[in-house]
Amino acid sequence: MADASCPVPFSTYERVVLAHGGGGRVMHRLIDELFLAAFGADPLRAQHDGAVIEVSGLLAVTTDAFTVRPLVFPGGDIGSLAVHGTVNDLVCCGATPTQMTVSFILEEGLALERLRAIVGSMAAAAREVGLTIVAGDTKVVERGKGDGVFISATGLGRVITPGPLSPSRVRPGDAVLVTGPVGDHGVAVMLEREGLSVDTVGDFVSDAASCLPQLRALLDAGVDLRCLRDPTRGGLATVLNEIARAAEVGVHLDDAAVPVRAEVRDACELLGLDPLYVACEGRLVVFVPEPDAPAALAALRATPGSEGAARVGAVTREHAGLVMAASSFGTTRVLDLLSGEQLPRIC
Amino acid sequence: MRWVDEFRDPAAARRLADGIATAMTRPWTVMEICGGQTHTIARYGIEDLLPEGLTLLHGPGCPVCVTPLEIIEAARALALRKGVVVCSFGDMLRVPGARGDLLDARSRGGDVRVVLSPLDAVQLAARDPSQHYVLFGVGFETTAPATAMAAELARRLDLDNFSLLTSHVRVPPAMAQLLSDPEGHIDGFLAAGHVCAVEGLADYPAIAARFGAPIVITGFEPVDILDGLLRCVLQLEAGRHEVENQYARAVRADGNPAARATVDAVFEVVDAPWRGLGVVKEGGLAMRSSWARFDARRRFDLTVAPADEPTTCRSGLVLTGRLLPTQCPEFGRGCDPDRPLGAPMVSTEGACAAYYQFRRSAIEERA
Repeated sequence: MADASCPVPFSTYERVVLAHGGGGRVMHRLIDELFLAAFGADPLRAQHDGAVIEVSGLLAVTTDAFTVRPLVFPGGDIGSLAVHGTVNDLVCCGATPTQMTVSFILEEGLALERLRAIVGSMAAAAREVGLTIVAGDTKVVERGKGDGVFISATGLGRVITPGPLSPSRVRPGDAVLVTGPVGDHGVAVMLEREGLSVDTVGDFVSDAASCLPQLRALLDAGVDLRCLRDPTRGGLATVLNEIARAAEVGVHLDDAAVPVRAEVRDACELLGLDPLYVACEGRLVVFVPEPDAPAALAALRATPGSEGAARVGAVTREHAGLVMAASSFGTTRVLDLLSGEQLPRIC
Repeated sequence: MRWVDEFRDPAAARRLADGIATAMTRPWTVMEICGGQTHTIARYGIEDLLPEGLTLLHGPGCPVCVTPLEIIEAARALALRKGVVVCSFGDMLRVPGARGDLLDARSRGGDVRVVLSPLDAVQLAARDPSQHYVLFGVGFETTAPATAMAAELARRLDLDNFSLLTSHVRVPPAMAQLLSDPEGHIDGFLAAGHVCAVEGLADYPAIAARFGAPIVITGFEPVDILDGLLRCVLQLEAGRHEVENQYARAVRADGNPAARATVDAVFEVVDAPWRGLGVVKEGGLAMRSSWARFDARRRFDLTVAPADEPTTCRSGLVLTGRLLPTQCPEFGRGCDPDRPLGAPMVSTEGACAAYYQFRRSAIEERA
């Protein structure tokens, strides 16, 4: 085990060593030169055991852990992903993000330049939405016991919707919208991870982004929001199932209306995946009363990043707890939860 | 996507379904052999488009479903050996053996990797001489060429740390066995298009003639399947039993001779056990003795005792078309995709899983 108080300066290491988590000078230099330099918030600079923040009104809180392989993928990295994921969870609570705490679990051997890039993109993503990183922690685990970087984050936000958003507010007759094509993130990451080149069919870029502009646009349009969800793990189909179960309603999905970019659809064909179950990191599923649907759709389409918003279905009284997908053949099928993750099929 | 969209065209599907209804003067039973076709039938609700008199039976053509229990146990045992890495296709990982699946072996410390191509397993072995890589190669005539190519590549690279545990099976002998079952009642077959893309049509005329059953080589999109069914029904109504190629955009009469030659160089035809069907005469492929160096069965001491299926699992009846998944008393009760009793509930190509995933509410409403 490396000596935690080893006086060797941070700058002599090119990679994360155990001493970076040891509490000594090496760790303090890492915090000063890398984390504080990037995040630079006053509460963080105080270098106290925690942050004290003033709160008024309704506060939204969310917590999430982020693991992704590869750490850097087309359209983002684990740092920006941690911010966008946290922000979008707050957005789904009807909140604008205000503060965030992060802890990093670093694997011995991670290149410090890579960590610097990840922290930098995290800081940039936070700045973009006016989010301050107010507290943090770093631990280092031995080589082979991590996957480069794990990030755990907790986000705080100020609720800006007139009422709470919740699955329990979803009613039969409500319209279901998505804010853009689904599956971009999951396919981009999978192709990068597996080293698959499907470049004959197009570029693959993650959709990872903040959905705060979409929330603002919907509120500015005066739409009565029932519920918002970000279709991350398990994709659109999983979110719809969660809502159907929680709200004890049915969801009718119009298969052909779900926007999927042609290259994503093609890649899914090749891999034997169903894009309805592939993760997004910059999309929302929006439940609004049917009369508000046109205004909601117009507001989303006028907002950069959600030009491809579409109405994909409706909430029904029938089939409570189930999602029914209508095919273009006039037949319907159950869109079930997957048992585990989608695995590429044999043939 | 070209070659896909036109075969999912609702208007074309409707026309074909109407054609089937018009053509039928009496009930018929047709089996689609391939799990990929079963998946499409369930996903698009094709049975809802068909006239009542046309019964579809879902055949044993799910590659992971027919892989024998004892081979899965052998793969698990290999994965748990120190210094051995087992590489397989994704949907093989959740197929239960006698004591668990490969995911379970992984959670116990076994090294199991998902590969998208058999050649990837060879590359892994070439990059990491410190461990022995075993490719767990399963499937029909479709995947056998890629497995054979992996063996050839390993020999070309002169790898000492790579071998294959294979369970490749051959579809036409299984079709003959299903047709000769005195309890069976299959009037016609949709044969698996991709199998024929490799093997060609040569195996089928004798089967069609011997059993008086039309065989339509069929693709995997909904329009393909309806077209295959229409051709099959037209033959049945006319009293014909010919081999017909619906999937001509991918299947030539002589198949893919280069792929066949590759398979032939590595494998020989043997009698082989199919999970659910028992031993099928000439129903499988085994590595030739000249490839012993790359044959995991020969390199490792792999004596795994034959294992019994759970007695409550009726997958044998399902795989032979004698029981619809929904007719099984365990369907959705003692058996679902989270706790599968048998392989057909695991892969989405398995008839039970396809029914469970896509057809559950129709079934619940009927109940």
